[in-house]
Amino acid sequence: MRPFAYERAADAAGAVALLNGADGARYLAGGTNLVDLMKLEVETPGLLVDVRDVGTEIEETAAGGLRIGAGVTNGALAADRRVRERYPLLAQAVLAGASGQLRNLATVGGNLLQRTRCAYFQDVTKPCNKRRAGSGCPARQGEHRNLAVLGHSQACVATHPSDMAVALAALGATVHVTGSGGDRAIPIPGLHRLPGDEPQRDTVLEPGELIVAVELEAPVMVERARYRKVRDRASYAFAVVSVAVAVELDGGTVGDCRIAFGGLAHVPWRADRAEAVLRGATAGEAVFRDAADAELAAAEPLRDNAFKVPLARNVLVSTLEEVCS
Amino acid sequence: MRNPPRMHAQHADLALTINGVRRDVSVDTRATLLDVLREQLELTGAKKGCDHGQCGACTVLLGGRRANACLLLAVAVREDVTTIEGLADGGALHPVQRAFVEHDAFQCGYCTPGQICSAVAMLEEARDGWPSAVTDDLTAAPALDDAEIRERMSGNLCRCGAYANIVPAIAEAAR
Repeated sequence: MRPFAYERAADAAGAVALLNGADGARYLAGGTNLVDLMKLEVETPGLLVDVRDVGTEIEETAAGGLRIGAGVTNGALAADRRVRERYPLLAQAVLAGASGQLRNLATVGGNLLQRTRCAYFQDVTKPCNKRRAGSGCPARQGEHRNLAVLGHSQACVATHPSDMAVALAALGATVHVTGSGGDRAIPIPGLHRLPGDEPQRDTVLEPGELIVAVELEAPVMVERARYRKVRDRASYAFAVVSVAVAVELDGGTVGDCRIAFGGLAHVPWRADRAEAVLRGATAGEAVFRDAADAELAAAEPLRDNAFKVPLARNVLVSTLEEVCS
Repeated sequence: MRNPPRMHAQHADLALTINGVRRDVSVDTRATLLDVLREQLELTGAKKGCDHGQCGACTVLLGGRRANACLLLAVAVREDVTTIEGLADGGALHPVQRAFVEHDAFQCGYCTPGQICSAVAMLEEARDGWPSAVTDDLTAAPALDDAEIRERMSGNLCRCGAYANIVPAIAEAAR
């Protein structure tokens, strides 16, 4: 690990001021990803600004939703009774990720900003356009079994590893951000970006901007909601494919619905096309298949990950059948 | 803000509370809590397995909650730390330690301090009503059957494969 200085911020404004202008500085929250990447020397910050004391509460909003401080741990988030009762999709997604001891360190803000687990990104002896722009992407021809099938580019085929972000994309959460240019609100989806020809940029955040909170709207579709994760072992592994589904049924007809996929793209993938097929349709396996096919028609699998397309289709169909039964 | 570190460029003077005792240490900012415990404080119970948060051998309690000491920078520690050395009450083993002995829940023992610290905190999480990925009803008090124990302990790997005895040991300690 390269040497670095460490500062601890008391609040968001203090954090922004401490980081302001410092070349190669990083915010440190739980550190479960950043410290690991520093050990690998993928990240080599000269200064860490510790923001673990910034935003450690979950508060009710006037609109009937919740405002989750960026410093709330994943463990505390999934344990919060309001989250379990009103946003079971979010609690399920958080509990599907990592391990108990990692969730007690990892924070909501850090979870959103964690980096891809693409093997080439984490190996500094290999080229990687995300780690070093213009150096190339060995994953296209190399080990890419668990990489993207949707929205990737010539420059990058990485996937976003978060489970929580998939549930937030389905729920339509808002990320509150602060920086030297002031405060702003960014919707999810919208925080993360497709790789294009700038895969080094995972999100639309500007340098020095800090996530301070995630806001959820008043709960909807609580009864028929499910996060389903498929992975290579029963627990404690990243998703091969995951799906967050929430449906409103009126008789046998689908009213509103929300669907997002994980493990398929550089972003938590909100399935707008699948939702459009389902809204107003009579719930049933045939229409569920049509919805999945509408979304996955754009898939461009790589040599070794074509299995993800039928897997994602089947996981979505079975999860829709489960929540609609 | 508790115990803010006093900084000298890339070093810091810390006042940590480990197993109820204040320990003053001067550390490199790069040192993890695990490194400081093992290399400076002669508390070698917490083990360095993978050093990347994947195996759980370094698990300690941070303010009573389990955490991977290998991914936590020592300068970032705010909470009281409890290690495997701090679980027994004098000569009396902690109930989870006793259950591991009675059930022969280890072979080489390398992962055992992490398993036991993780189990102690996991039982506390369950008592506090925390659900897991295999809990059907997220709002009900979780019942710690074998499937729940396995899921909740999935952050602790055992290369000997002693899981067959670890699960009953924890189930007994849960009763």
